[in-house]
Amino acid sequence: MYHLSNFPKLKPIFMAIWLLLIPIASTACSNSDTEMTADSTSIISGGIPVVNKADPGNLIIYSGRGELLVGPIIQQFQDATSINISVKYGQTQEIAATLLEEGNKSPADIFFASDPGGLGSVEDMLAPLSNEILNLVPEWARSSKGKWVGLSGRARTVVYNPKNLTEADLPNDMYGFTDPKWKNRIGWAPTNSSFQTMVTAMRATWGEEKTRNWLEGIQANKPTTYPKNVPQLAAVAASEIDVGFVNHYYLYRFLAEEGETFSARNYHPSAGGPGSMVMVAGAGILSTSENPDNGQKFLQFMLSKPAQQYFARQTFEYPLLEDIKTNPILTPLNEIKKPHVPVSKLADIRGTVNLLRETGVLP
Amino acid sequence: MTLIEPRIIKASSGYRGGRLVSRPPLFVWIPAILVLAAMIVPISYLVLRTIGAGTETFELIFKPRTFDILTRSLLLMGSVSIGSILIAVPIGWLTVKTDLPFRRIFSVITILPLVIPSYIGAFILVIFLSPKGILQGWLAPLGIDRLPEIYGFPGAFLTLTLLTYPYVLLPVRAALIKLDWSTYEASLTLGVTQIQTFIRITLPMLRPAIVTGTLLVALYALSDFGAVSILHYETFTWAIYIQYGNFAREVAAALSVVLIILAISLLYMESRTRGRAKYYNVSTGTHRRQKSIRLGIWRWPAVIFCISVVSFSFVMPVSILVYWVIRGISFSEQLTIPWSQLGNTLYVSGLAALVAVAAALPIAMLSIRYPGRISTLLERCSYIGFALPGIVVALSMVFFVIRYATPLYQTLPLLIFSYLILFLPAALSSINTSFLQVNPKLEEAARILGRSQLKAFGTITLPLLIPGLLAGASMVLLLTMKELPATLLLSPIGFKTLATSIWWATEDAFFTKAAVPALLLIIVSIIPMTFLVSLDQKRKGS
Repeated sequence: MYHLSNFPKLKPIFMAIWLLLIPIASTACSNSDTEMTADSTSIISGGIPVVNKADPGNLIIYSGRGELLVGPIIQQFQDATSINISVKYGQTQEIAATLLEEGNKSPADIFFASDPGGLGSVEDMLAPLSNEILNLVPEWARSSKGKWVGLSGRARTVVYNPKNLTEADLPNDMYGFTDPKWKNRIGWAPTNSSFQTMVTAMRATWGEEKTRNWLEGIQANKPTTYPKNVPQLAAVAASEIDVGFVNHYYLYRFLAEEGETFSARNYHPSAGGPGSMVMVAGAGILSTSENPDNGQKFLQFMLSKPAQQYFARQTFEYPLLEDIKTNPILTPLNEIKKPHVPVSKLADIRGTVNLLRETGVLP
Repeated sequence: MTLIEPRIIKASSGYRGGRLVSRPPLFVWIPAILVLAAMIVPISYLVLRTIGAGTETFELIFKPRTFDILTRSLLLMGSVSIGSILIAVPIGWLTVKTDLPFRRIFSVITILPLVIPSYIGAFILVIFLSPKGILQGWLAPLGIDRLPEIYGFPGAFLTLTLLTYPYVLLPVRAALIKLDWSTYEASLTLGVTQIQTFIRITLPMLRPAIVTGTLLVALYALSDFGAVSILHYETFTWAIYIQYGNFAREVAAALSVVLIILAISLLYMESRTRGRAKYYNVSTGTHRRQKSIRLGIWRWPAVIFCISVVSFSFVMPVSILVYWVIRGISFSEQLTIPWSQLGNTLYVSGLAALVAVAAALPIAMLSIRYPGRISTLLERCSYIGFALPGIVVALSMVFFVIRYATPLYQTLPLLIFSYLILFLPAALSSINTSFLQVNPKLEEAARILGRSQLKAFGTITLPLLIPGLLAGASMVLLLTMKELPATLLLSPIGFKTLATSIWWATEDAFFTKAAVPALLLIIVSIIPMTFLVSLDQKRKGS
């Protein structure tokens, strides 16, 4: 039995809890607010006090790319310009959905997305970029409407286990995987937006009919479905599947984590086609941005030599400036027979999703 | 048996306890209505979005595939619920009522799976149990070349059951601790066997705890994305996320409405089965010092059962995380302890736990002390947030707050408020269960003796509710610590928690960097759990 004397005066505690609840539920608790801002700036600036005579202003970045990948280079930009940068990290697709719900009240200045599909879905909310920025990258790496620009390149690839297969065993074109001999050997991630961009490229190069046949052919081969790229690589290395359709850079992350013994390698279909397409991660400036000048500076910095070298060395991506060397462990870009797909056609994610729904790949 | 029967008094006989006040006081009503208003946010957002959708959307929804998804969701929900009961009730009974060896350690460890994010749990399960996973490697010398497929239902069922049974375990433990020992002894005195006593006495007394816990498990299984996406089991929540991924907001909203309808029918069914039995002691109740039930030779099967649950739900994930860390060190990767993320995690989840308990208390009071249509409706409504995928709640907050409460957008109070919407039922279920065991006459007596309503509640009922309040708070604490979608979308810019760090690291295949915050998450949750369990032991002894 509880003795009431064990719990003297609980009423004040109960009331205190309620008093705590009211300010939290009704108004912004200014105390914790300032605390958080102070905290976040100290994280982002790495403790370097930002002292400036001419106020360099602010920049709010919504990043669909992970902090471990792009955080360091954003930090370099901050150090170089003293701009007060805040970054919101999330998944590209979820950030795009957030931007659409925020509408013209969005606090964001920059949307840094991992794929053209994400940028395309909010293209109406982006401001046109200057030719000065757009012309820094090749035509295939920027928005056909001039609304966003690619910042780094990534290739679609087939990942295979070198213990079980050699490149000679692999078809020279993605269509080869519809052959029944690949039954129960394929892994794919049809909900992944890079995969969907590849299907868009298929529609643009092969046409609707052949793409449909490909999707049905792969389904007939009973592929194992994965939510994204990382588990596919792990499954290939474990010999659960023989091949997976992924982006190229995850392999190098695994090699960095597990060493050269990690039993998976990339293959770019030798006859080219949609399976060897190269696409970009890119960024655009919101048309509602209050700091468009800082936004421009950010894009210019990301397309500068140091930033492009960072992407080549640290994230194992393809630099988009011609005079920056590709990481030697990657297949050079000019050895990949990439298909010629106009960027305007790649924006048609909706058409791809419809096809994926019709073929029953997506619900 | 007549000795025992009166303890469960059916309310259908019209007995209402001869209450002094039949109308709930203002200090209960106002907060309860505020909470209800909060629950309306996601629902009205979804209705708005669904109405905005064209006929095309409805064609996408009313098709056979959706029916398959519905069937799968229900199958997963049902089986995970049953699985959780089968794990949680025996463990609860063994760790509270018996002389199980190492029971303090088991008491703590069996609750900890609650803090493991489901995407981590599922990912590790795949590494371990997939056809060519670690287990297959161990079995290879025995000639086992490939294990059965883990993807789909088996993996999703296993992961969710192993991670969610603590939702049943916590309220069951709390109920067992408060269970009147004399009933049990009386039963034994009358010559009823141990097992029969358990089935006829203990189990019915535990029913409210089991039912409310299972409801949480069912709703969690319905709203989980992490496990079903990694194990590729197509449920409603999976489909909703996929639609957001395909930039089809309207379809996602319409699917969420179907999910809400599903949840509401579940909640309705649960309230129908709850019945009107009373679970408190009619007498003043002499809580004598409880002796532990001697397990005898049964202690070894009992220990083996506990060990096998713990090894899959806790040891397996932790050892893989530790392995990642060791491998990282051997590759001379720099490991840093994310102190600021740890601080942020503890800060927001502590606040969320406090707020959730404070908000749940009046609702529990309303629904148990003043049962009626409105109070039941209010209590049921608060469960809706838990059934919804985190992203839906987060986007509804984005939509409303940026339009009608702009200064609050991306602030800490908003984040806490969203946690409240998501996790209120976790607090509510524990508090409800405790409330059911408190005899209202105690408080009434205090009122007759001249105490004010608030004072009578604060001095009599509240202290008796403390086990439930603590269990509820710790559940919300652990849930908030691992929460991801709302934290990502709604937190102040630059605000990072352990959960967001883990997520980013696994997303980009930085396994060592994922393992450090994940282990930290588990370590810090051991502290409140140990406290909770030691408090239980003390209470039981007093």
